[in-house]
Amino acid sequence: MKQQLEAIKKQAMDKLAQISDIRELEDLKVAYLGKKGELTRILKGMGALSAEERPIVGQMANDVRATLEENIANAKLRLIREERNQRLKSEVIDVTMPGKIRAIGRKHPLTLVLDELKDIFLGMGYEIAEGPEIELDYNNFEALNIPKNHPARDTQDTFYISENVVLRTHTSPVQIRHMQNNKPPIRIICPGRVYRSDAVDATHSPVFHQVEGLVVDKGVTMGDLNGTLQAFAKSIFGKDTRIRLRPHHFPFTEPSAEVDVSCWGCGGSGCRICKGEGWVEILGAGMVHPNVLRECGIDPDIYSGFAFGMGIERITMGKFGIDDMRLLFENDIRFLKQF
Amino acid sequence: MKAPIKWLSDFVKINVPIKEYTDAMTLSGSKVEGVEDLGKDIEIVVVGKIVAIESHPDADKLRICKVDIGSEVLQIVTGAPNVKEGDYIPLALVGAKLPGGEIKLSKLRGVESYGMMCSIDELNLTKDYLPDAPDHGVYVFSGTPELGADVKDVLNLDKVVEFEITSNRPDCLSIIGLARETAATLGETFKIPKVEVKEEAGGDINDLVSIEIENPELCYRYAARAVKDVKIEPSPAWMQRRLAAAGMRPINNIVDITNYVMLEYGQPMHAFDLEQVQGRRIVVRTPKDGETIRTLDGQDRDLDSDMLLICDENRPIGVAGVMGGENSEITDKTNTILLESATFKGSSVRITGKKMGLRSEASIRFEKGLDIENAIPALNRCAELIELLGAGKVVKGIADCNRMPYEKRIMKFQPERINSFLGSEIETAQMVKIFKSLEFEVDEKNMTLIPPSFRNDIVELADLCEEIARFYGYNNIKSSLLSGKESMQGRKTYKQSMEDVIRNTMVACGLYEAYTLSFASPKVFDTINLPKDHHLRNAVVISNPLGEDFSLMRTTTLPDMLKSLSINYNRNNPEAALFELSYVYLPIEGEVLADERGTLTIGMYGGTSNFYELKGAMEELLLAMGIKQYEFRPEKDEASFHPGRTAKLYVKGKNKEMVYAATLGEIHPEVAENYECPSRTYVAVADTNVLIEASTTEKQYSQLPKFPAITRDLAIVVKDELYVAQIIEVIKQKGGEYLEEVSIFDVYKGAQVPEGMKSVAFALSFRALDRTLKDEDVNVAMDRILKNLEKSFDAQRR
Repeated sequence: MKQQLEAIKKQAMDKLAQISDIRELEDLKVAYLGKKGELTRILKGMGALSAEERPIVGQMANDVRATLEENIANAKLRLIREERNQRLKSEVIDVTMPGKIRAIGRKHPLTLVLDELKDIFLGMGYEIAEGPEIELDYNNFEALNIPKNHPARDTQDTFYISENVVLRTHTSPVQIRHMQNNKPPIRIICPGRVYRSDAVDATHSPVFHQVEGLVVDKGVTMGDLNGTLQAFAKSIFGKDTRIRLRPHHFPFTEPSAEVDVSCWGCGGSGCRICKGEGWVEILGAGMVHPNVLRECGIDPDIYSGFAFGMGIERITMGKFGIDDMRLLFENDIRFLKQF
Repeated sequence: MKAPIKWLSDFVKINVPIKEYTDAMTLSGSKVEGVEDLGKDIEIVVVGKIVAIESHPDADKLRICKVDIGSEVLQIVTGAPNVKEGDYIPLALVGAKLPGGEIKLSKLRGVESYGMMCSIDELNLTKDYLPDAPDHGVYVFSGTPELGADVKDVLNLDKVVEFEITSNRPDCLSIIGLARETAATLGETFKIPKVEVKEEAGGDINDLVSIEIENPELCYRYAARAVKDVKIEPSPAWMQRRLAAAGMRPINNIVDITNYVMLEYGQPMHAFDLEQVQGRRIVVRTPKDGETIRTLDGQDRDLDSDMLLICDENRPIGVAGVMGGENSEITDKTNTILLESATFKGSSVRITGKKMGLRSEASIRFEKGLDIENAIPALNRCAELIELLGAGKVVKGIADCNRMPYEKRIMKFQPERINSFLGSEIETAQMVKIFKSLEFEVDEKNMTLIPPSFRNDIVELADLCEEIARFYGYNNIKSSLLSGKESMQGRKTYKQSMEDVIRNTMVACGLYEAYTLSFASPKVFDTINLPKDHHLRNAVVISNPLGEDFSLMRTTTLPDMLKSLSINYNRNNPEAALFELSYVYLPIEGEVLADERGTLTIGMYGGTSNFYELKGAMEELLLAMGIKQYEFRPEKDEASFHPGRTAKLYVKGKNKEMVYAATLGEIHPEVAENYECPSRTYVAVADTNVLIEASTTEKQYSQLPKFPAITRDLAIVVKDELYVAQIIEVIKQKGGEYLEEVSIFDVYKGAQVPEGMKSVAFALSFRALDRTLKDEDVNVAMDRILKNLEKSFDAQRR
């Protein structure tokens, strides 16, 4: 019987080595290890053995079974792996074919820039204030130290609704509304749509967008203004950006400045974007004029503040290299898809 | 303000390269807009005198000239027909540089030419600058300039710097003002050369004229000098050239002198024919009833009661600060003139000039408010120039009526407050130096400051801070970041966050964001078929619009969306899907300001666009905004839209009522045609105020079901015009407590369905929260549903 068991083991192992199909393997398993299999058949003859031989042969039979079971299991794993590899081979696709794009839209470039500005200033602790576009002359001009017939009104060609109502020429009236309704400390930005009587061309639009900022607190200094603008410029134009303040005049700030940033096109060496200057004018700023604070019920001997304002179209055009402002308001889908 | 460098140099030394100068001025507050270099690219061009002219042996149109340049006599061949012996001409020598190129020794038809005689074109100059130049041919100098002298010196070809002057600095609308700023910027000394008037005519001005100011609130000071034996002739070349370089056209000696003084001192002057001043009286007053004046431009002007006039005893002879009267104009016959140097209230001149549509170099200066103390020095300079040019004989004395004498403003000098305002640590000594360079009187013992009379803009601490900052350097102030201030939290308001949700959802729905202007034409209401009495026709009107097409504030965004779609369609973009988040402006009865309502507009055509695509975007938005209670109602009467393919959206508002929120649908073919849009164009217009009001960010988790659902399909045939919403409503009503969800999976019309009917297939899902449902539970509900559908709609199970 020992020889029989050895023979069965050898036979089974030989067959196993040649097997290439998982179904054949199942058949083989039944043929040797099943209820009617070879091994069972032999074990049935155990009764004829002596009491001394029986445990030895029994042990041997169990060993053969265990060996076969283990090898069959291994063969199964091998076959599954081979089959999977076969499938993977047959499933090769051309990954260089173009992808299928899910149809999502895009935000307008002006929104992208506005969002970026909002993020920057929200991060610096500013709130976002809003106000009406059709505004009182008082909020748009007089409270900002620009009385009627002030020469500075010349520089802002204003659309009038009536003698006392205008289309706001800047978002500064939002600052006035905010100061009249809130006590310092104040830290706000005012994004929004503004109006000036300019005909539409490549660099002008009668409707455009601004973001203005206002900080009022005890002991706010011009150094704070410099630092804030510097941090802002680095955030939006890159960490190597420098700023330059040039003295200027606005009725609502004193001292006032026009602010240039080092050109994002050439870094300051001069190029087409900055017209060879190395600097691009980007915003107006200054320390809030004491008359403006007084008009809003804030004592300029206790509080001081700074304000700044910038045109979003200009920054957007600069940032994306857009050369004609009209593109921003035509909404040609081929333009909008680029952002 | 254009300032020739040589003119500035009369008052201050400018010893730095031009680029360094202009950069420094820009950073101290006098922004340089540009530099014009009149002598640019002109080198080795000298004065020559033609001493002989011969004809050219081989060319009819050429002549051979002998030209004396002092050191030698050169042979020059010229084609210019206008020169003759004895003329002084600009001669470009061999090796000379001209804007057109370099001059070389050349042979013209076999004759050597050692240079070229120049026209003003070749020198890149214009007749504005050299009015005596011929239209064609070589320029011929008037007078006898030194032979061999550089023409750049002879013609005063100078660098001219153009400054942008802000409205607070009328003192800088003058060469002297800019020279002062230059001196403070460069650390140089500013000095006005002594002005001397000989007063050769003798007599006394007070015997010739008296001056009264009736309205001292409008005219602060009126000073005058008289000049006898006036000779009107062209002013000398040097004066003409300076005026031209500064941008003013030379006219005659008297006008040129007054303009010259205005440019130099910033004080406008006016000259009257004194013999036309009746009663020998100047009265400065507002008009009498019905008074009119004919101004120098020949126009008759009606006068408002608040306009200020210069009058004689009987009648107006000029509009103060704006324009003189024709009746007192200087003519060739004028013998005695009166020179006016006055200061008026700025806003008064501004209003009058605006009403008359007149704006001049003079009124621009007056309207910003001038220095009362400048009137007399300017008048003296004017008299000096008249004597210098031999234009007349100045009468002794000045008639001066000064009703608002200048008072010095004494201000506190508080260096520590200046430093704490700027965030700087500037030494007091440096501040003193800056203030002194700006001609402030500084009293270091009492720590007071007196600003100079020409600085009306300096009134309080902030103004002093600006002066210090300008010259200390804005960019030298150390940056800080609100250090030591209470830190503040920035966050968006609920509305602002919801607007972000709207934009993000629209983008996720495949829509591209559009921006349009907020104006509208009154014509758009017709082009979108709005009924004549529609409330949206009532718009806020702009009183000074850019044109009719931009004359209203829009009350609807529909026209702008259609226009944007139309632009895309006309540019052959096969599809477009846009959205815009903006405002409309609705007038409120009895209110000054408008109701500015947030509006979401969606528009699409081409590709997969259809009504359901549009509605899907709206539904996605409702989901994103947490609006669960809403209803789309069919809408037949919205004139801009297709009557059978339009719905109105209602959402449950705060007071539990359904509130109108949006209209969406296919655009009416007539309207689509008006806008040249494709016939299948879809637009939604939503009121975001209403949507945001109904929205919520609150979310509540509901337990995931533990027991399986049973799903059943139900296909019924109903009349075609029946809305599925009605069917679903019945299903939900009769579905019982286990009905969880109803969805439509097919709508079919055609074969096997009778004409005028449609088959609608629903998937119903039933579930109990506490057990697995049995088929019997569901069968009961399905029977009930079907029975009711049969009863309500004659529905047939299919």
